[in-house]
Amino acid sequence: MSASKKNTLQAWLFLTPALLLLMAFSFWPVGFGSYLAFTQYNLIDAPVWVGLDNFRELFEDELFISALQNSALYLLVVPAIQVLAILLAVLVNNQLPGIKFYRAAYYLPVVTTVSVIGVIWNFMYTDDGALNAVLRWLHVINEPIGWLSDDRIALFSVMFVTIWRGLGWYMVLYLAGLQSVPQDVYEAAVLDGANAWQRFWKITVPLLMPTILLCSVMSMLAAVKCFEEVQIMTKGGPMQSTYTALFYAYEFGIKSLNFGRALAASLVMSVFCVALAWLNFRYLQPRKK
Amino acid sequence: MEKTLPMPLAATAKKINMNKLAKHTLHYLVLTLLAVITVYPFWWTLVTALSTSGDVFTYPPRMWPENPGLDNFIEVFKTIDVIAFYKNSIIISVLTVAGTLLVCSMAAYPLARMQFPGRNIVFGAILATMILPSEVNFLVNFITVSKLGMGDTYTGVVLPGLAGAVGIFLMKQAFEAVPNDLVDAARVDGATEWQIFWHIMLPLARPALAALTILTLVAAWNQYIWPSIVMASPDKFPLSVGVLYLSGAFSFKIRVVAAGAVLTVLPILMVFLFTQRYFLRGFDGAVK
Repeated sequence: MSASKKNTLQAWLFLTPALLLLMAFSFWPVGFGSYLAFTQYNLIDAPVWVGLDNFRELFEDELFISALQNSALYLLVVPAIQVLAILLAVLVNNQLPGIKFYRAAYYLPVVTTVSVIGVIWNFMYTDDGALNAVLRWLHVINEPIGWLSDDRIALFSVMFVTIWRGLGWYMVLYLAGLQSVPQDVYEAAVLDGANAWQRFWKITVPLLMPTILLCSVMSMLAAVKCFEEVQIMTKGGPMQSTYTALFYAYEFGIKSLNFGRALAASLVMSVFCVALAWLNFRYLQPRKK
Repeated sequence: MEKTLPMPLAATAKKINMNKLAKHTLHYLVLTLLAVITVYPFWWTLVTALSTSGDVFTYPPRMWPENPGLDNFIEVFKTIDVIAFYKNSIIISVLTVAGTLLVCSMAAYPLARMQFPGRNIVFGAILATMILPSEVNFLVNFITVSKLGMGDTYTGVVLPGLAGAVGIFLMKQAFEAVPNDLVDAARVDGATEWQIFWHIMLPLARPALAALTILTLVAAWNQYIWPSIVMASPDKFPLSVGVLYLSGAFSFKIRVVAAGAVLTVLPILMVFLFTQRYFLRGFDGAVK
């Protein structure tokens, strides 16, 4: 065997475990999943080709339509989370005493498992829970609000938890972005008499644009695909008002073993996600000089 | 010093100091308010878990435990098999970390240091997994794992997550930084590629291995949906799934559920407190 052939063989041997795993658990799901979306499949019998039937049933199902609407509505967390995360990053981007404590405090929810977050927020949200108690104590409300039991607001309550647990993650990304902004630009601006507000809008935001773009895409995709919080806190209720598209796929796939319908739903979601990502890069890209 | 300054200048200096003080006070006020929002739910849970008498829900909400004691924690151990949940979490985390380190660094080595046909295709394929809609993979992966007979097993929970683009790229960057002289010297001495990988590359990439260990450990301990799908028998649940089992079956025992939540997050919060820099320095390079 020639030296270069041996070298090639060795390289592929090193790569084999990773490639096999990626094949099986990253590429196979996309291909096989897309195929199953056009079949009827229940894990036991062989898949039966049914053409577009799953998609027809999907769009005739009011629950799926409202789940899609909820997933679209979920995009409201994106601006909230990004604005708050930038605010947090600006607030902790200094060497004030104790600032490390605050950074850790904001990051705490990120390193907490989502199941515990669900348990904790179920405590917070109950009728006599801490949230209602604080609001009554501040005289904001007189009657307790059914944060998770009122079908008009349950989805927003779940969205708030998504914001709460994601803030620290984006704060760190923005912090990295802020720290790469050269300090002398600010010093020059101060000399030119720019105030803090002007410096933020004329220097920080434009230079932070790549990070904003990255974080917006990440949080948009995470928002439309959100379902863990739903699965833990509300199970889609009350009155199916908190169904998101992926929770619908989860219920039909894992719970009812109706994989055709579930994968059709997730294929619709994937197309939606690709479109979102494309729109972002198309319209938020910083203009080239 | 101020006293030696002429009057107007001293006044200005003082005014600036006052301004600075006011600004910092406001700064800390906002920081603290936001910290209360992120930390108070945890604090409430801890206080409730430590309280052994009185109402669970009070008005205004409780700030300190009433009759603090560990009764609720003992009750958790009597109610569910927490030891088994801990054991499962530890097994899953250890297997995930060990597997990830091995698989990712093995894949990274030829990508970083060897020339071979197909290198760019492999590189592109790994890159492509980052833009695949991976959140929906759990449906087909559940089918795959079931058909391979790995349902309800640790292998089924661990295997799908081992090869990740982030881990591979992290290790690739570390290997690229190893000086060429060392590798060439080893080759001259007749070292095989595996020996170079094992005895030169891995020891020199220790900081990257440490970072990957910590990030993987926290992710593995915290993962919820996937183990909850794969594991069918409760005695194989990791803590993240077990805590919901507890809160589902004993929702009326709020203090005990709170104690269970504390037991679930405590180990990983300890890890976080001692390794904060890996999380909070902002993944240099990962963003750019």
